Amino acid sequence: MNDMNDAPQAPLDEPHATPGHARRSRAKLLEALRKPSRGQLAGAVLVGLLGFAMVTQVKSNQQDDTYAGLRSSDLVQLLNGLNAEARRADKEIADLEQTRSQLSDSSQRRQAALKRATEESTTLGILAGTVPAQGPGIRIEVTDPKDKVTLNNLLDGVEELRAAGAEAIEFNDDVRVVAQTSFEDAERGVVIDGHRVSAPYVIDVIGNPDTLATTLDFIGGFSFDVKASDGDVKVNKLDNVKITTVTKPASPDFASSADGQ
Amino acid sequence: MIAAIGLVVGIILGLLLTPDVPQWLEPYLPIAVVAALDAVFGALRAFLDGIFNDKVFVISFVSNVVIAALIVFLGDKLGVGAQLSTGVVVVLGIRIFSNVAAIRRHIFHA
Repeated sequence: MNDMNDAPQAPLDEPHATPGHARRSRAKLLEALRKPSRGQLAGAVLVGLLGFAMVTQVKSNQQDDTYAGLRSSDLVQLLNGLNAEARRADKEIADLEQTRSQLSDSSQRRQAALKRATEESTTLGILAGTVPAQGPGIRIEVTDPKDKVTLNNLLDGVEELRAAGAEAIEFNDDVRVVAQTSFEDAERGVVIDGHRVSAPYVIDVIGNPDTLATTLDFIGGFSFDVKASDGDVKVNKLDNVKITTVTKPASPDFASSADGQ
Repeated sequence: MIAAIGLVVGIILGLLLTPDVPQWLEPYLPIAVVAALDAVFGALRAFLDGIFNDKVFVISFVSNVVIAALIVFLGDKLGVGAQLSTGVVVVLGIRIFSNVAAIRRHIFHA
């Protein structure tokens, strides 16, 4: 191109590279800086042009036009790469969506099963007396001033209530009556499941209040018998009867579920 | 001194004006800058060698820039623009390194 740029590269141990020479070179530079010659003017213009172009290029490079200077072949290649990547991403999205729907299906099934099981356990718990219960029902107050109401009278009453659809029965806020409940005779009262219960008896029953109330009033029924024993029966229909006592759940020692059920 | 002032003025002008690079110049400007850098370092080395000539510097600067841009332009037309740009940058980079090495030996004797 020109003589100075194409000057042969000096070997590393070139002879003129002595400390004195370095000093002379530095002096020459300093002198050029101190006493500019007219010949530097053109150089200055060109170097200024270089600086201007450099800054411009750096600035334009910093702008967000990564693809502005690319050739069409590069752009096509980039586009192909992006397309392939987009296809891969689409496939991945489809896979993941499928997995998600599978998972949500199974989790929904599990939730439904759990809900059913919980409901069933609650229902069975109410019937077995292992959980507190509340709902519409009646409160029966039985007074027995002459101590003539017998265990059989009470048992008849309980059976009548059960026949009328009683779902939970409680005596004197103390004993829950369930399928296994035992009734025994005792001095001045009865013993229910080991709890001594004496008059006046307060029987809380959850069920259809009208059915329960009418079932006690048949001729020859509970009320009739109690009144024949000089006692009195008062029935209150309530919107919300709360039965808080529970029985201990007992697991059967001998019986197990039979197959085919 | 004047050259140093020129460089500073050019940089300041570029920072202040922040001109947009025209579309047609975009592929050539980086190569042209590298070629001009090579010419400047060559000139500095020639100055230290005592053979600096402003006329030669001007011609070498302009021809460096023009030829570098021409090579890239030709490469674009031939469809190997990216590769030729890389080649030009590599060659100019090697020359800049050797020039800077010579300048370093002159100034620091190392």
